[in-house]
Amino acid sequence: MSAKTGHVVGVNGNLVNVQFDDSVIKNEVGYILVGETRLKGEVIRITDGIASLQVYEMTEGISVGDKVEFSGELLSVELGPGLLTQVFDGLQNPLPELAEKCGFFLQRGVYLDPIPNMEWEFTPTKKVGDVVEAGDSFGSVPEGIFTHKIMVPFTLQGSWKIRSIREKGKYKSHDVICQIENEKKEVRDLTMIITQPVKRAIKGYEERLRPDEPMVTKIRIIDTFLPVAKGGTYCTPGPFGAGKTVLQHLTSRNADVDIVIIAACGERAGEVVEILKEFPELIDPKTGRSLMERTIIICNTSSMPVAAREASVYTAVTMAEYYRNMGLDVLLLADSTSRWAQAMREMSGRLEEIPGDEAFPAYLESRIAEFYERAGKVRLKDGSIGSVTIGGTVSPAGGNFEEPVTQATLKVVGAFHGLSRERSDARKYPAIDPLDSWSNYSGIIDKSAVDKVYAYIRKSNEVSQMMKVVGEEGTSLDDYISYQKGDLIDYVYLQQNSFDPVDFAASVTRQNDSFSLLSDIVLSDYNLKDKRDARQFFNEVRQLFLDFNAVAENSDEYEKRKKMLIAKVEERKR
Amino acid sequence: MQKVYTKIESIVGNVITVRAEGVKNSDLAEISSSTGVSLARVIKLDHDLVSLEVFSGAQGVSTGDSVRFLGYPMRVSFSDNLLGRIFDGAGRARDNGPELRENMINIGGPSVNPSKRIMAKNMIRTGIPMIDMFNSLVESQKLPIFSVSGEPYNQLLARIAMQADVDIIILGGMGLKYDDYLYFKDTLEKSGALSHTIMFVHTASDPTVECTLVPDLSLAVAEQFALQGKKVLVLLTDMTNFCDALKETAITMEQVPSNRGYPGDLYSALASRYEKAVDFEGAGSVTILAVTTMPGDDVTHPVPDNTGYITEGQYYLRNGWIEPFGSLSRLKQNVNKDTRDDHRALMDGMIKLYSAYKESLEKKSMGFMMSDWDEKLLKYGALFESRLMDLSVNIPLEEALDEGWRILSECFEPNETLLRSDLIEKYWPK
Repeated sequence: MSAKTGHVVGVNGNLVNVQFDDSVIKNEVGYILVGETRLKGEVIRITDGIASLQVYEMTEGISVGDKVEFSGELLSVELGPGLLTQVFDGLQNPLPELAEKCGFFLQRGVYLDPIPNMEWEFTPTKKVGDVVEAGDSFGSVPEGIFTHKIMVPFTLQGSWKIRSIREKGKYKSHDVICQIENEKKEVRDLTMIITQPVKRAIKGYEERLRPDEPMVTKIRIIDTFLPVAKGGTYCTPGPFGAGKTVLQHLTSRNADVDIVIIAACGERAGEVVEILKEFPELIDPKTGRSLMERTIIICNTSSMPVAAREASVYTAVTMAEYYRNMGLDVLLLADSTSRWAQAMREMSGRLEEIPGDEAFPAYLESRIAEFYERAGKVRLKDGSIGSVTIGGTVSPAGGNFEEPVTQATLKVVGAFHGLSRERSDARKYPAIDPLDSWSNYSGIIDKSAVDKVYAYIRKSNEVSQMMKVVGEEGTSLDDYISYQKGDLIDYVYLQQNSFDPVDFAASVTRQNDSFSLLSDIVLSDYNLKDKRDARQFFNEVRQLFLDFNAVAENSDEYEKRKKMLIAKVEERKR
Repeated sequence: MQKVYTKIESIVGNVITVRAEGVKNSDLAEISSSTGVSLARVIKLDHDLVSLEVFSGAQGVSTGDSVRFLGYPMRVSFSDNLLGRIFDGAGRARDNGPELRENMINIGGPSVNPSKRIMAKNMIRTGIPMIDMFNSLVESQKLPIFSVSGEPYNQLLARIAMQADVDIIILGGMGLKYDDYLYFKDTLEKSGALSHTIMFVHTASDPTVECTLVPDLSLAVAEQFALQGKKVLVLLTDMTNFCDALKETAITMEQVPSNRGYPGDLYSALASRYEKAVDFEGAGSVTILAVTTMPGDDVTHPVPDNTGYITEGQYYLRNGWIEPFGSLSRLKQNVNKDTRDDHRALMDGMIKLYSAYKESLEKKSMGFMMSDWDEKLLKYGALFESRLMDLSVNIPLEEALDEGWRILSECFEPNETLLRSDLIEKYWPK
């Protein structure tokens, strides 16, 4: 492909207008040549013979007349073995390697190979003469604990016949290991690495399935009351300081999936550093290996260029889809989608588009919907099942959920975990509001049993609202007991201490056990003389339950505490 | 490229447009007008139309004035000679000292590679118990002081500047009242802290554009010192003025406003400054403490709201003291485990009691009967406020902890404090 070129005619912030000589493709990547440096950009609009590029770097020093080279390719990522454990920026630049090359600072215009050219043990699964299509696997390599399938690029059209394929053995990721040919006698060389445009969803599966299997997070309030399904979507909006990021960290550690992709999109760099330093030390209980081995981090923090922030969520979801097509369960955590939406708003403003609500562009909703729709559970051609689950945090301006990004997100997700300032101020963590939040998925515990307990949370809230007006004196004993029951549920079940070595993760069996205890306590009637008696009784029950929460499963102590708790409750049952 | 252009096409607000060729984005230009020579910065290029924001304001600029492009972006001199000096928002000397021209560095440089950052682990002592004891300031942290007009936030900053155990203080003033500027200058001079301080001060009467340069100047210099291994504390006041100045330029440039007239990139603009706070592996660090006044005491106003999402906690300065509730240093957990074994427990215990005091106070104001326990709490609250919360209290952390134990022992029996027995054994005044 001959390089098409153009030259700069205007600069406005990170938007650069380019007069092109020949033809351009919308969303193709172009490079602006500033002296020795090549600055990457993407064509986002073409009007009157002028292509507008959003530039993924700082635009200082660009001048009118600077040469621009168009690549003819859409903004893409490279996919292949070696992605896991890596830390990339929004454009898939490996950050540690970049640091080795450029030192402390992110030098603009430096683009490194995202996937190191390492040697892998390749095992072919197809032979010469076999017919393959886009997304079909023709071999595999072991990547850590996973069998990494090597696939035919998803962008190929039609059927192709394998002309030659390498035998089992060690090859480098950029070596040609397979040659395919189509009816028109076009020949393609395939390596272990494929290039995929990020804004186009990866297909190559047989059919999409309904997400019906819970994704366990070991957080009680989520798994029991507000479950998330494998292949589902959920969002976590909350004001600053409500613990969105802590919740996502916990999820990324404990989630019962194969691979976790963390997209730190426009948030604090310090938080990414915590993951970077913590994860390699933490052991994944499922595999016994370091958590880093199942993790990819895409990190485009708040001070990095805005346009790359927009790209980073697409980069992340494309990688997630790629691993899904190997029959793996992938969880993508995006923190925060509001920053991504703001990046769109900045671009839209520079393009002088007619603004919508709070100056967000009119296409905000469709873009958000498009992104979340890339989640899903699929059956692959070989019958195996893979899934992409997307969890996005939202940072609403002023903590007000009425704003456009939260509202657009709520329309398309399957579960809503709203964090409340009130709960976080009261140090009730996780600060998910049990009354406002909802989930359309089924969890690890039967829905009807959960609903009965849920009713007490609502009832308790009503009574406590009433008590603020009429005081404790004006409340009936029955109401007061309902209030105490709701309070108990909150303290011993909804709240969970993320710093406690035992309490921070509650397994499925443990949640089942605790929940049946709790629902028995909540649904029973008691002989309680008066409110003071009731308060005292529930205080004692609460203390015993908290003690029970603090001991490890499968220990003598566990059974002992459980018995003490049951004995206490039985004492007063009517 | 030293060509002089004399055809100014338009003058709107502080932005002028001139036809010129070969100009680079963000470059500086010199405009000579009847009111003197001013610097200007390229903010937009459209074919041969170049838009520049004029640092000293476009008032008095004539369409026939000459514009000379300098061919380099905004820079500031960096050397040890900066210490003890005072500059204005455009980097010119404000203190009658010589202009500095050697070793010019670009401002607003690239972001630090996240993989080169390290976890914050060193505390910065300030001698203010509400900070050291209850919400420790940590090296490389970025923290705003949320306050309202009329509160003594500048006095607080001046005290921190005098007392913080850091190598270099950089004070960035934006829209400062002239009195406040003189106050900073005199206080730091008297205390001797000026010798390791650099001030970039934009006063309320200076041109607005210069206000937007102050954080970048301060942080660029801070970053260079940090790379030389220095522990730098950057104090900024008031970031709301900075945001308002950005708003002004954005509106002049006919950008679509997002929230209450602020530009859509307010979050990014603030983040690119605050994220300069860093602890360099094997070198020094930059810590940022920035006053943000909340218009109408409203924390959901776009400026404090966006700030809160960027920074690592916040201090609330209200009614003359740092509020124990709401104020939060997210990084304090990293450091307060290594200070003294009673630090964390005493911090939590005293705050819990203080919150109980607030409840008793409310009960009292509503005319309820006061129990013995309420009386004890009321006494405790009053002592806590006068002996620890008051901003004039100036004691190191260890003394503050001892003082805490003394206050507790004057008000309560040991078992009423809910503190661990081994700590009571060790620290309860006998």
